[in-house]
Amino acid sequence: MITLTIDNKKVEVEEGSTVLQAAEKLGIKIPTLCHHKSLLPYGACRVCLVEIGSPGRSWVQASCVYPAQEGMEVRTNTERVQKSRRIVLELLLARCPDSPVISDMAREYGVEETRFTKKNDDCILCGLCTRICEERMGVGAVSFVNRGAKRKVSVPYDKHSPICIACGACEVVCPTNAVDLSEVTTNKPRPILSEYDMGMSPRSSIYIPFPQAIPKVAVIDRDTCMHYLKGVCGSCENICQAGAIDYNQEDQIEEVGVGAVVLSPGFEQFDPELKKELGYDRYANVISSLQFERLLSASGPYLGEILRTSDKKHPKRIAWIQCVGSREVDCNYCSSVCCMYATKEAIIAKEHQPDLDCTIFYIDMRAFGKGFDAYCERAKALGVRYIRCRPSSVKEVSATKDLKIAYSEEGGDITTEEFNMVVLSTGLRPPAAVRELAEKFDVKLNEHGFADTQGFEPVDTSNPGVYVCGPFAGPKDIPETVMEASAGAARAMALLKERRGTLITHKEYPPEKDVTGQEPRIGVFVCHCGRNIGGYADVPSVVEYAKTLPNVVYADDNLYTCSTDTQKQIIELIAEHNLNRVVVASCSPRTHEPLFRNTCREAGLNEYLFEMANIRDQCTWVHMNEPEEATRKAKDLVRMAVAKARLLEPLYKGSLKVNNDALVIGGGLAGMTAALNLADQGFKVHLVEREPELGGNLRHIHSLLSGKDPQEQLAAIIEKVHAYPNIEVYLSSEVSKVDGSVGNFKSTIKTGDRETEAGHGIAIVATGAAEYEPSEYLYGQDARVITQRTLDEWIAEDKAAIREAKSVAMIQCVGSRNEDRPYCSRVCCSQAIKNSIALKKMRPELNVYVLYRDVRAYGFLEEHYRQARELGVRFIRYDEDHKPEVAAGDSGLEISISEPILRTSLTIKCDMLVLSAAIISNAGADEVGKLFKVPLNQDKFFLEAHMKLRPVDFATDGVFMCGLAHSPKSVDESIAQAHAAAARAATILSKDEIELDATISEVIDANCDGCAYCIDPCPYNALTLFEYMYKGSIKKSVQRDAALCKGCGVCMATCPKKGIFVRGFKPEQLSAMVDAVLSG
Amino acid sequence: MANEEYEPLIVGFCCNWCSYAGADLAGVSRLQYPPNMRIIRVMCSGMVHPNLVIDALTKGADAVIICGCHIGDCHYLEGNLKAENRKEAIELMLEDFGLEPERFRLEWVSASEGPRFAEVMKEFTETVRALGPSPYKT
Repeated sequence: MITLTIDNKKVEVEEGSTVLQAAEKLGIKIPTLCHHKSLLPYGACRVCLVEIGSPGRSWVQASCVYPAQEGMEVRTNTERVQKSRRIVLELLLARCPDSPVISDMAREYGVEETRFTKKNDDCILCGLCTRICEERMGVGAVSFVNRGAKRKVSVPYDKHSPICIACGACEVVCPTNAVDLSEVTTNKPRPILSEYDMGMSPRSSIYIPFPQAIPKVAVIDRDTCMHYLKGVCGSCENICQAGAIDYNQEDQIEEVGVGAVVLSPGFEQFDPELKKELGYDRYANVISSLQFERLLSASGPYLGEILRTSDKKHPKRIAWIQCVGSREVDCNYCSSVCCMYATKEAIIAKEHQPDLDCTIFYIDMRAFGKGFDAYCERAKALGVRYIRCRPSSVKEVSATKDLKIAYSEEGGDITTEEFNMVVLSTGLRPPAAVRELAEKFDVKLNEHGFADTQGFEPVDTSNPGVYVCGPFAGPKDIPETVMEASAGAARAMALLKERRGTLITHKEYPPEKDVTGQEPRIGVFVCHCGRNIGGYADVPSVVEYAKTLPNVVYADDNLYTCSTDTQKQIIELIAEHNLNRVVVASCSPRTHEPLFRNTCREAGLNEYLFEMANIRDQCTWVHMNEPEEATRKAKDLVRMAVAKARLLEPLYKGSLKVNNDALVIGGGLAGMTAALNLADQGFKVHLVEREPELGGNLRHIHSLLSGKDPQEQLAAIIEKVHAYPNIEVYLSSEVSKVDGSVGNFKSTIKTGDRETEAGHGIAIVATGAAEYEPSEYLYGQDARVITQRTLDEWIAEDKAAIREAKSVAMIQCVGSRNEDRPYCSRVCCSQAIKNSIALKKMRPELNVYVLYRDVRAYGFLEEHYRQARELGVRFIRYDEDHKPEVAAGDSGLEISISEPILRTSLTIKCDMLVLSAAIISNAGADEVGKLFKVPLNQDKFFLEAHMKLRPVDFATDGVFMCGLAHSPKSVDESIAQAHAAAARAATILSKDEIELDATISEVIDANCDGCAYCIDPCPYNALTLFEYMYKGSIKKSVQRDAALCKGCGVCMATCPKKGIFVRGFKPEQLSAMVDAVLSG
Repeated sequence: MANEEYEPLIVGFCCNWCSYAGADLAGVSRLQYPPNMRIIRVMCSGMVHPNLVIDALTKGADAVIICGCHIGDCHYLEGNLKAENRKEAIELMLEDFGLEPERFRLEWVSASEGPRFAEVMKEFTETVRALGPSPYKT
């Protein structure tokens, strides 16, 4: 090792290092143009000049080639250096006056103009291209030719090179963009496009797949990496400071023995290239919906700006074309999600550009999910235009690259409109690789290549023990995917209950040191993070500064504080210096706090005696051009962290004993399914049903499109429930009182006059829903007007009325999608399809009419919709504003309807009118909601914790929902959700104790006067007011339920008397940080 | 009032789940913004007591910004709504203390909005710079 001084700072480097490398180690920035870490030093550009030797006896040298020597004195920023660099830059500017890189660098040194004759070249003759081609790629396709003033980079004889491999390295390294690969070779380079950005931006062969990747490390694409293809390059190995590149890494095959398998391979986008007529891949501004998602994303190709591919300009008019690759002859299913994602894309696009004109071309608006119709109404209110037409083709206007779409809206004339961008709402396909996977697991696929599942077992495959979830079992949205994922887990857990928990290993920690009463002894560890921090902020000076702060007894810097060896050192230093608080100044606590807390625990310190200063993500990375400011801010951030650390206290996670029994409210299909699964998993279940018998709504369903006999299935389920020793059934009963919280509920179950107390760790709300009793269309006044449910029963009974009818009409959306109930009841379209198919099969001569607004035959129901039409069922659309009118006559019922396509009024005569009545929430939902303090939405269905990601959880821990109580849904969807609720419940029931967060609120009784301001704002109902006798009078105070509190601190910010705070975020701790900011 | 030499000092409270993550993403994306703010991490924007804001301003901070999740995205269901409700109270208090309302800002920045975080910081820093130093600055 040799020691030298650069800008008065000593640095130790290995022998053979250059001055530039030594300066880099100190974090001193020296400008370079011809330097590249993976290439040999060259010394061509001369901008890295530094002054070597003591003042008066010094000379100017290029630091990139000059070897560091023992005792050497280097100055990088003297007037002489500046002047020399200015002259070099002036010369370069004369050679390449149009290069932004050169002019920017020149401007930094105050050079605006050059005094030399301008040459209008692009190339600065730095030799990066020739060197990388020769040294790294081993090709030598480009080289210098001629001498002196005529010197240039060229291909031999100025002809296209026969040996160039078109790797593009020369283009990539050129600092002035002077290399044009097409001048070097006729070989076409193979562009490497980012899969994450759907091919809309390039990526390199070594890359981090996407911004939120876990683990967030780079991977090498062996199919494009020159090292793997030709054994050349190896630049990344040279550049990586952490030495993390290992080209010899091999795939490892591990064998694991498992008792159950859950398959969730997802879906692939339909390849829009197959729809030539819509112009994808032919016209620049026709993109797929997934590409549009990337455009909207802040991490997308244009950082969240919507720009056209052709000219990178903001579009003013965008059209979406729905059902691209869905609802077609060769794939006759609906992809279920496109109507909503197109609506969402249009809304978000309008948020980006409020004046944007958005048009969606669709066939049926299938907004069948919870809250979806309301969302579409919002889109309409924002000005999104919906046009009911499927355009047959898209044509490009060659001059503007705009796109022409010809359409006719329901019987209207053909109109042609121009759009700046067209988005194809591509459908969902099973992944190509899924056939092999299915074969491996011996799983049957359906005709479309999705996993074949049966109605009453929605996540079971044809192979017992192998389960599916997500779009692999059919196209579906996020909530259904999440439900099925939990359902798959529930099925697997029931199978593996004996082995539950057997693979868990617990980590041993040393006993915790008691630090109470000790003066804080703070250790500060400042990280260089390679060059990520040290390259921009002066880390050694931050360390020196930290040492001056009160209570800091140790401070040092580390190259990587997170590395395993540094962790060991920290543990030793905690012991050596008897540290009782630790501060790490490095990256974000969001990623690294758990690691360092663990280090504290391993050193016998309470893990909450730790604080982090984020001096990378929120400092050096965002102030890269202001090293002094970055250093100052890093010092401030360290001072703030130390100020808080001084006030840190040891915190402990509480725990609660868990009652392992479950309470399920509602003995319908969902409730019974959940109860059975929990019992299968080994838990005791109290199942409470209001009616005198089990079965709920399913008792009235006599046929299903899947062909299974629901009554047979129901009978089997009821029998199993009654026979199960683990399930206690309470019929004609209601829950009248609920106390306690997650892990320890106590409920009173009322059966007639008898009251039973039941303790339970969780509760599942499966209270179902009811069929709406219509007040419209003569229902209740004329016996010929019935609901779909009655028709289903009549068909099962083969009733005379059906046998004698000549004509049957059905009206959809009765009581749904109106002002009172703005939601879709989801199952009525399939009910109507099911019943009309049954009628047509019984009596092909019968006229069946379905009067609809949108046929919402989502997923594989589409096939049944087709079948109904083939059987001669007539589907006639009506508008919400022109509802059908029904009149009763002696000979039959007469329905007048205004037909939108023919634009005329039609009269339909029928002997029977079937109303597709809405599904409405049960009258008791409100009471159940109050018992558990859980909310209902405006449609009176229970409100989940998160619409997409937590579809069976309430925000209140330990309470779950499933079935119709959540929203209208089909039999198989109810079953999947019931399994999901059971799986979520089991995450609590399977534990003897639940760990509670340490950073929750705490009441300071002495400060609290019981004003109760904090109670209502608490989003978790974790606070209650209580009274007790204190010194002879009543004292009011607030009590916090540790099982319910999540530590959000809304109470703390509401309290006027500092009577409640959140541990780890005490007012004093936050104030100390504020004071530290201001004391700089 | 505006002083060319003056560099504003801004105290920022960022919620752990959205805006602190958004600030991290700005870093990961190397988006440059002025170095005038010091972030204090809180679990939720609804955790910040109005007194803490006023304290910071009367002790000499040139401005305070609270950043939380977008409405509807709060990790704690509705903490950001509470923060929004308090905004008015804070503004009234500012008036009492003779401070311009522009010295306090409430913004929503999601975990994926690195660019927005940088934009907000740039814009807010400029606004505060134009306001000149806090009258409470010693």
